[in-house]
Order: sequence, then structure tokens, then C-alpha cells
Amino acid sequence: MRLACRVNGHERQVDVLWEGESLLYVLRDRMGLLGSKNACEQGECGSCSVLLDGTLVCACLVLAMQVDGRDLVTIEGLAQHAALHPVQEAFVEAGAVQCGFCTPGLIMAAYDLLQTNPDPIEPEIREALAGNLCRCTGYTKILDAVRLAGARMGRP
Amino acid sequence: MTKTLRTREVLGVGESVGRPDATPKVKGEFAYSSDLWAPFMLWGATVRCPHPHARIRRIDVSTALALRGVHAVLTHEDVPGHKLFGLEVADQPVLAWDVVRFQGEAVAIVAADHPETARRAAGLVNVDYEALEPLTDPEVAISPDAPLLHPRGNVTRHVKIRRGDATASADVVVSGVYELGMQDQAPLGPESGLAVPAEDGGVDLYIATQWLHRDRDQIAMSLGLAPDKVRLTLAGVGGAFGAREDVSMQIHACLLALRTRRPVKIVYSREESFFGHVHRHPGRLTYEHGATRDGRLVYVRARILLDGGAYTSSSPAVAANAACFAVGPYRCPNASIDSIIAYTNNPPCGAMRGFGAVQTCFAYESQMDRLADVLGISPIELRLRNAMHGGDAVLPTGQRVRGPVPVAELLKRLQALPDPADQVTSPADLRALPGGVSNTTHGEGLRRGVGYAVGFKNVGFSEGFDDYSTARVRLELADGRPVVNVHTAAAEVGQGLVTVCAQVARTELGVEEVVVHPSDTSVGSAGSSSASRQTYCTGGAVQAACQAVRQEILRRAGSGDWEQASSELIALLAGEAVEATREFRHRPTQPLDPETGQGHAHVQHAFAAHRAVVDVDVELGMVRVVEIATVQDVGRAINPQAVEGQLEGGTAQGLGLALMEEVQVEGGVVRNPSFTDYLIPTILDMPPVRAEILELGDPEAPYGLKGAGEPPTISSTPAIVAAIRAATGRPLTRVPIRPQDIAQ
Repeated sequence: MRLACRVNGHERQVDVLWEGESLLYVLRDRMGLLGSKNACEQGECGSCSVLLDGTLVCACLVLAMQVDGRDLVTIEGLAQHAALHPVQEAFVEAGAVQCGFCTPGLIMAAYDLLQTNPDPIEPEIREALAGNLCRCTGYTKILDAVRLAGARMGRP
Repeated sequence: MTKTLRTREVLGVGESVGRPDATPKVKGEFAYSSDLWAPFMLWGATVRCPHPHARIRRIDVSTALALRGVHAVLTHEDVPGHKLFGLEVADQPVLAWDVVRFQGEAVAIVAADHPETARRAAGLVNVDYEALEPLTDPEVAISPDAPLLHPRGNVTRHVKIRRGDATASADVVVSGVYELGMQDQAPLGPESGLAVPAEDGGVDLYIATQWLHRDRDQIAMSLGLAPDKVRLTLAGVGGAFGAREDVSMQIHACLLALRTRRPVKIVYSREESFFGHVHRHPGRLTYEHGATRDGRLVYVRARILLDGGAYTSSSPAVAANAACFAVGPYRCPNASIDSIIAYTNNPPCGAMRGFGAVQTCFAYESQMDRLADVLGISPIELRLRNAMHGGDAVLPTGQRVRGPVPVAELLKRLQALPDPADQVTSPADLRALPGGVSNTTHGEGLRRGVGYAVGFKNVGFSEGFDDYSTARVRLELADGRPVVNVHTAAAEVGQGLVTVCAQVARTELGVEEVVVHPSDTSVGSAGSSSASRQTYCTGGAVQAACQAVRQEILRRAGSGDWEQASSELIALLAGEAVEATREFRHRPTQPLDPETGQGHAHVQHAFAAHRAVVDVDVELGMVRVVEIATVQDVGRAINPQAVEGQLEGGTAQGLGLALMEEVQVEGGVVRNPSFTDYLIPTILDMPPVRAEILELGDPEAPYGLKGAGEPPTISSTPAIVAAIRAATGRPLTRVPIRPQDIAQ
């Protein structure tokens, strides 16, 4: 089967060999986009979060062929060349990254939140990130990072 | 000599230097062990036994082998070297034959050209089992007439400590039985790696682990190869917390790669991960405390029974830790401790953050609260009356605790931190109530409680273990500028060691540009990234190697003045780089006496205390932790931001054990091997952490530091439980606490 979709602004075409392949598998093993992570592959941890036509989804729960003709943004699509996206920059500065396995998914979820709600209060941040597990940080510095990113993105 | 070097302390020890790997991690470019790829790579899969105890009558691989795309199916007959492996004792089959001792034990392995093909082939391996009655109760397992799971008996280790008068009596006696469920480390990165066969008949393995050299030695034994034919390189590690101290898929991937002569990658699914690594020992702890009427401890008697599961793993060391710290950081003249770990047909247990000290801290702190209640004094006051002090701090093993012993200071500072207990939660916002937007209460049945706990544990390996780390440091010119290269085999697992190594090098050599090379086995062992030891041991090794480099620079300069020599550094390095390799060892330790448990078994002790504030819906048993405060002495904060991260993250794992985390095992069968059913704290569960870091300085340690990773996970659990007891009046003797334990 041939899958055609738009990934981070580029048209991509890949062959899907088995109809059961998930979007996560195809991103990682057929497109070489390894930033979306395989922590649970059960839709529980959010490590593989991507935007599908602007909606935050777990790539492990989407069949690859479902995205035919659709638009994807993955963690690889946030940074503009050498410049990190403000959410990425804030995660680095706030010390929100330890092992980093949850980081791409959390950044996608935070990016998605700040697109629609540039100045979230803490309970809103917590609700928005509740689908993303982190085992290292205890989330304190992740909250710091989202607040920092929100403040920077809100600036003209 | 024209260029001026920047001042010594820039980005050095004591500064919150950012991680060099943070940028690739936020961009999704950091290569974890599950991200690796090689040309002509095959995928491995593991056949696991569905029974907790069984005899294997026959294994038939023919159907699996016939499947298109399958390149190899291997069983125990294909293990060319030692067929058993293990961290301390080689007693676990690489691939089982004859008897299977736990559910999920590996029986066969498959390599195929697509991961789904490998999984299907694994399902086609036909194993004829005779299911046997599982032995799942550790108390039954150690009884005299129990069937033996291992030839030398079902007691993995029994550590006895006898100190003072075994018959001491006291005015006030409290006793209790405390239980802990089985906790999982649940690192987000699954067990994974890539094995590549080499032309010399050896193998190169790219792997996420905590200890490259110990993995290498176990792999080489089972492959029947010399250790230098097995070369390991650390791949990106997605968390560890003890789960990666034991071998999981390492030997399997190497066996398949050597058989197929192709690179083989194995990545566990989350479900497989629950079966593929050891867990924290569940336990049942029976305690009796005797005290005077004014609250001074007279004796502690404890029987600690931990379930080690099917194989030894690191159980012997866990048993010792549980025994040594069984009384807590308190003065007590008489102690009688029995710490026993049993073999059962439950999942094997081994290392997890806190390592034996977690189980006993929950029990002794619960006992201290019970004693305070009986005596009618505050829990803090009781702890202050019994707190170990520097000078008279002696463990029940007779070992004097050296360096700062700030038990009273931690508690007093904790008590002085602003207290959110007076702020009444507004029932107007559901999100601030137990149950949150599940809309389970609007404030009805709501009770607030506050609880305290203090704990401690050893840093580094104990009981006479030769605990060392190796660092190679090379100072050279690159494009005319001095650059320090640091090479160790230490595992960066997320904790930030890679930053620490660079900070140490900058501080010691005054050179800003430091390259920390990938960790591999081409340099000497760094020991394990466990026991809160890497900043101490590998930090110490990097410091020692840098100091040797410095001596050579001074020799070249013909001067004793480092300022002078460093101003001429470029000229001094022009002819030849300077390189030094050093091993660092902490002060030696001693074994424990097998009958009395006396002995100087540990090198350093690290202390932390927690205060938890909770809101409990007593009608439905829902708990919301409102705030956690913690005070910890880290000796010296090498990287304050990273230390905060350890305190916050370690506290979250303690919260998980208190409230939700348990591998539920029934009759040896794991009922919840998924993140759907094994719950770890989310951002909604974890409250703000108010952390105060003390830097009291241990004169015997590099830069005065103390290991910082584990203490946050020790006292957080009992503090939360104490707070829920305060809110509900329930005894709550088991963790994790379930809603039905509260709303009985």
C-alpha cells in the first residue's frame, strides 16, 4: 500500500507493508522520524503525541493508512532550522528534561495548549498535560517550562 | 602566549549548568536504544512462559522457523556458554529449560525481518508445559516443609542484627504489621538495544543499561566469548531507577546476531517490559518499639520479610539495606532485626530507587507516629527526642555514621517552611478537590491532614564491595584552543551525570570547552548508575584524572603556580596533549558479621525529610496531595537545578507508592502489565514540591557532596500516609492505599 500525506510541511510517500502498521511505526521506521516515542504503544503515556490535521493524537493509536491525504506535525516540525521553538527552548532552560523520553510528547501537548490558550492558568496546564506521563521530573519543572513558554510566546 | 582563558568557575561545580543533551532531546533527535537502525537489521522477539511455575516437556520451533521472514529461532540448546546469568548470583536461565519459575520467563527467541513477523513467529513456538503449583507466599516458601525452588533453599538471604540487650523491656510498647505492594520502576524507555556481529567473531551491543561492564561480563559468559570480544556502547537511556541494573534482552540480542550474522534489534513492548525486568520487593514487616514514658527509644524488634520472586537479582544487598536502616535515623540502644528475602514463583525483584530503605522507612515511620500517638506528644517532638546527632550517630550494626547527621535540623527546617494547611481549599473549583473533574465531591466529606517523615540510606556499594569508577581525561588543543575530553563508562540514565562530568572538568582545569565522550567498555568500569553513587564515584574519578593532568601541566611549566601555568596552557599543550586515566575508590567498607550483623558496611549516609499535606474525601476514599515539602542535605549541590529535579522526581515516585502504584500479582500471575492498569502519577496527581536543599559538606567526599538520587523516594511515601492517617484516623498499614482502605 502506498501512503501519501503531508508531514511537517513536506509531501511524503511511503510504502506500508502490513495493514496493521500504526502511524507511530510508520513515522519511526518508514519515514525515519524517530522523535515520536514508543513508551507504551497503548495510548496511555502521550510520548508519541503528534498533531493530525491540527488535533493532538497518540500516533500509536492511529492506523497509518488513516492519515492518507492528511496533514501531520511531529516534534521534528517545531524547530525552525537552528532556532528552537519557544516551547522547546523553555523545556531546556527550565530543567524540564531529564531522560527526555516523554519530552517530545509533552512539548507537542504544551505547543497544542499554547496555540489555543496563550496564557493558561495552572489548572489548565495540568488538564492539558494530563495525558502525558513523565517518570523523571515530578512535573514541577515541566509546569515551569510551559509557563515560561507561554509568557514568551505572548510577548509581541 | 596571547589568549586569555576564562575564569575557572564558569559553568563549573555548583552552577545550574544546562544539559548538553537537552537540545537534541527537545528536538526529537536524541538517539535512544529503541531508535537504533542498521542495514539488513532483523527484529528479535521473545517467547515467554504464561505459567508462574511449570515443567517444560518439549519445545518445538519448526512451525515458527518455517514462517516466511524468520531467520532464527533459538532455545537453551543454542546458548554456547554459561546457560545461567545474574547480577550477584548466576541462577537465572538465559532461556529456560526443564523448569520455569515465574510467569514471563524467557523460553525461546526469534529473529525476523519485520517486528510483527517476529511476534507472530514467537507465537508459533510450541512449548509443551506441565503447569506446576506455584509457591507464591513468601512465608510459606521459607517454612521447613515447602518445596524447594532452588537447590540451596528458598531463603535468598537472612540478615540478622543483634545489638544490646535482646530481652530489654520498656514502659511503653507499640507494635504493628506493615505491608508494601510490588512497585515497578516504569522507566518510559522500554528495554531495547541493537547487537551487531563483528568480523572478529565478537559482537558490538548498543544498549540502554545502568552498568556497561557488568552487562558485558554476563553476556560474554553466556556467549562463551572473552570479555574483549563483547563491546558495549551506551545508547540513549529512557530512565532506569533500578530496572536496568539486571540484564534483560542483552544476551538474547547478541545470541541472535551471532547466529544470523546480521544486526538484531530487540525492543520490548510496555507489557513485555513488566515481565522483562525486576521490580521493587513487596514485603510484610512486623515491628515492635519499646520506649520510655518520655519517648526515648529503648528497643526496636523487627522481622522484615521481603518477596524476592523467582531469582536472586540484587536481593542479598536489598536484605542488608533493609536490616541496616530498619530502626531509622534514631538512637536506640537495643535492636534485634531479622531481614529475610524469600524465593517464590512471583516476578523476580531487585533494584529500585531506595533499595530496601523504602520498605523499612514506611514501617519505622509508621511506628514512630503510633508511638507519638500513644505518648500524646507530637510526631515531630518524638522524632527530635530520638534523632541521631553527629557524634553519637550509631547504626544498629555498630557503625558510627560519619559526616553531618542533620536529622533534627531537617525536621526543624521542614516545620518552619510555610504551611499550606491553614489555607482552606475553595470547593468552588473542582480541579482543586479530590477526584478533580470527575466531580466526586463538592467539598462534602473533605478532611485535611498533615504528615511528616524522615529517612536515610547508604550511598555507594556496601559490605566490602570493591566499588570504583574509572575516568580518562585528555587535555589537548583543537583549532588552537584547549579542549578537555572526558571518557568514562558511566551510564547517563537521565539524572544528569553527563553535565556533572563536564562541570568537574571545568572546575579542575579551568577550561570551558569540555567534550564528554559516549560511554563504552573501551575504558575501565565506572560501576553502576545506582545507589546514588555516580556523582560521588565517577565525579571523583573525573576529578582525580583532571588533577593528574594538572600535575603534568605544572611539570611542563616547571612551576608550582597553577595561575601561571594555565595562562601558558596553549604553549604547554602545543607539542603534545596531556592524558591521564584514574580509578577512584571510596573508603573501603566491611562485611556484616553473619550472626550479629555488626560491621562498618557503608561508606556514606544521606538524609531527607518530607512533609505532606493532603485533602481526603473520606466518603469515597479519594485523596489529593495538596503540597509536599522536603528538606535534604546533599552535601554540596554540584548542579542545583539537577538536584531539584532529583528531589521533585524522586518524591513523585514515593507518592506513586503511597497512593497508586502496585504490580498486582495473583497466584504468581501479573494482572496489570500496562500503563492502563499500573498507574503512575500524572501531572494531576503531583502537587507542587517545596524543596529546601542543604549543603552541609561531607569532608570525606569529592567537593563535600552526598548522593542525592534516592533519599527523595524514601521518606515521601510515609509522609503522605501519615497525612492521610491524620485526616481520616484510619490505621493504613498497607501501601499503596486504596480508596476502600479509607472509606471502609
